[in-house]
Amino acid sequence: MIIYLNVERSEKMIQIQHLSKVYQTKEKVVKGVDDVSLDIETGEIFGIVGYSGAGKSSLIRCLNLLETPTSGTILIDDVNLTKLSGVKLRQARLKIGMIFQHFYLISQKTIFENIAFALQAAKMPSNKIETRVMELLEMVGLSEKRDVYPAQLSGGQKQRVGIARALANNPSVLLCDEATSALDPNTTMSILRLLKKINKELNITIVLITHEMNVVKEICDRMAIMQDGKVIEEGQVYDIFSNPVQPLTKEFISSVVSYEIPDTVMSTLAGTLVKITFKGEVAMEGVISDTMQKYRVKGNFLHGSIEYIQERALGIFLMELQGECDEVEQAIAYILEQNAQVEVIRQHV
Amino acid sequence: MFDLSHIMELMPDITKAFGETLYMIGISLTIALIIGLPLGVLLFTTDKGLFLENRAINSVVGFFVNIIRSIPFIILLVALIPLTKLIVGNTIGPAAASVSLSVAAIPFFARIVETSMREIDKGVIEAAISTGASPWMIIWNVLLPESKSSIIQGLTLTLINLVAYSAMAGFVGGGGIGDLAIRFGYYRYDDSIMLVTVAILIVLVQLIQFGGDRISKMIDKR
Ligand SMILES: Nc1ncnc2c1ncn2[C@@H]1O[C@H](COP(=O)(O)OP(=O)(O)O)[C@@H](O)[C@H]1O
Ligand SMILES: [Mg+2]
Repeated sequence: MIIYLNVERSEKMIQIQHLSKVYQTKEKVVKGVDDVSLDIETGEIFGIVGYSGAGKSSLIRCLNLLETPTSGTILIDDVNLTKLSGVKLRQARLKIGMIFQHFYLISQKTIFENIAFALQAAKMPSNKIETRVMELLEMVGLSEKRDVYPAQLSGGQKQRVGIARALANNPSVLLCDEATSALDPNTTMSILRLLKKINKELNITIVLITHEMNVVKEICDRMAIMQDGKVIEEGQVYDIFSNPVQPLTKEFISSVVSYEIPDTVMSTLAGTLVKITFKGEVAMEGVISDTMQKYRVKGNFLHGSIEYIQERALGIFLMELQGECDEVEQAIAYILEQNAQVEVIRQHV
Repeated sequence: MFDLSHIMELMPDITKAFGETLYMIGISLTIALIIGLPLGVLLFTTDKGLFLENRAINSVVGFFVNIIRSIPFIILLVALIPLTKLIVGNTIGPAAASVSLSVAAIPFFARIVETSMREIDKGVIEAAISTGASPWMIIWNVLLPESKSSIIQGLTLTLINLVAYSAMAGFVGGGGIGDLAIRFGYYRYDDSIMLVTVAILIVLVQLIQFGGDRISKMIDKR
């Protein structure tokens, strides 16, 4: 008989409560983070998106107290970080790994020494360090680079070393501050795959901030959008992509899936303009062609794509429907019945 | 004007003076390293925004460092006579001169260490903090290695200054090349000796600069 024990501790790995970070400069007072409350669940990949200056870095840097919050509390694994200092804080940091946009490796130390540094911070006995470093290097695929200096590595390789260093002490959380923003698209993808693997295999909760919606779409389970220090929208990545509410959210999504129709094309259209959103495994083409057959409506595809977000399809199509008014209305009602969303962008002229 | 046999005749004096110069700058450099390096680290790490931030310590140390650095060396030489007497027992000779040379070199080198550490990307220090490393570990494994190359260049500069200052110490009977230049070149109008001493100083400075640059480049892994 096999018994599966599900030993889950808190479901919430990170609890951010009314967090604010105010910067006092000579000229002015800047609210980097403005009363943010967020819960991040154990084992998820949580993305925070926003333009430059939105407060993403300030927020994520508060999570390991690189930045001291002005007010609010941060609980990680049920430990109130904001109450810690000195040795206690350092011990807590061992369990919160962090990687950075510019990697920040020690340039005068070899890759081996860079990773060993993190283990020494945890006071690992020196006879165990070698084995652990080699294990980590293998995990990030850099075993043969152990005695090389950072200057001899590519950006992607440096980030892999950063990841190995961050994971050295088996943290429960990995914070990523624009970890792929300095990398080319291919390298970005390989780092994202590595992060996903780490998340799955080691069950490490990942918080990543980025200004690239693509990154979030690729690996995040849930996300938040930040503007002026505040979280303006949060939820499942899939839901946000299919139902964005805030204008800024829509703007970010349009950077990945754009439905702009040139004005010149717009002016030639006479029919009803609709945006149809299919969620999940709906036979999208089937629904559309059925509609065309059932009603006396002519459909014109203007734009469309199927995105896979967390391995779930999200189809969004822009169509012009031509036909009698009530036929078009009935067609729309029919599409709605097929579990699709229809948004009328413009009534027929 | 250049009399080779005269120089050969004074060779023992020249070698002795050269030895004294090396002795003086050797001692003061060692002391500057031993005291100036920790002071420089203290100045850097207790500064605003750093991991040992401490306004009081930083301004007190900074204040004394500035005071000493603003006093012209020749005045420091005279002002430190009582201290020299206390430490060495007498006020002439290379050992005595080493006291004021050290006092001058310590704050100079401390500032060089501080400035060298300022060149380190703050991100590298923060990344080290985020691993949970202790201040001591960060100083030892991040600050010092990352600024090593720049500190070596600063050390070169300190040495060259010490050579110049040690020549000045000759004025107050400190011994060394400077002393030789004054006794023979200045008081006895002995041009040959004057030229030789200047040549020795030039060669010494060039060698230090060359060596310093080479070592600094050699150990830099960037
Ligand atoms: N150390 C600091 N001193 C003063 N202002 C800061 C500091 N760090 C960040 N800020 C300000 O806080 C705001 C948020 O910055 P940041 O968190 O870096 O945003 P993001 O990472 O989203 O680009 C910006 O207006 C920025 O200028
Ligand atoms: Mg940022």
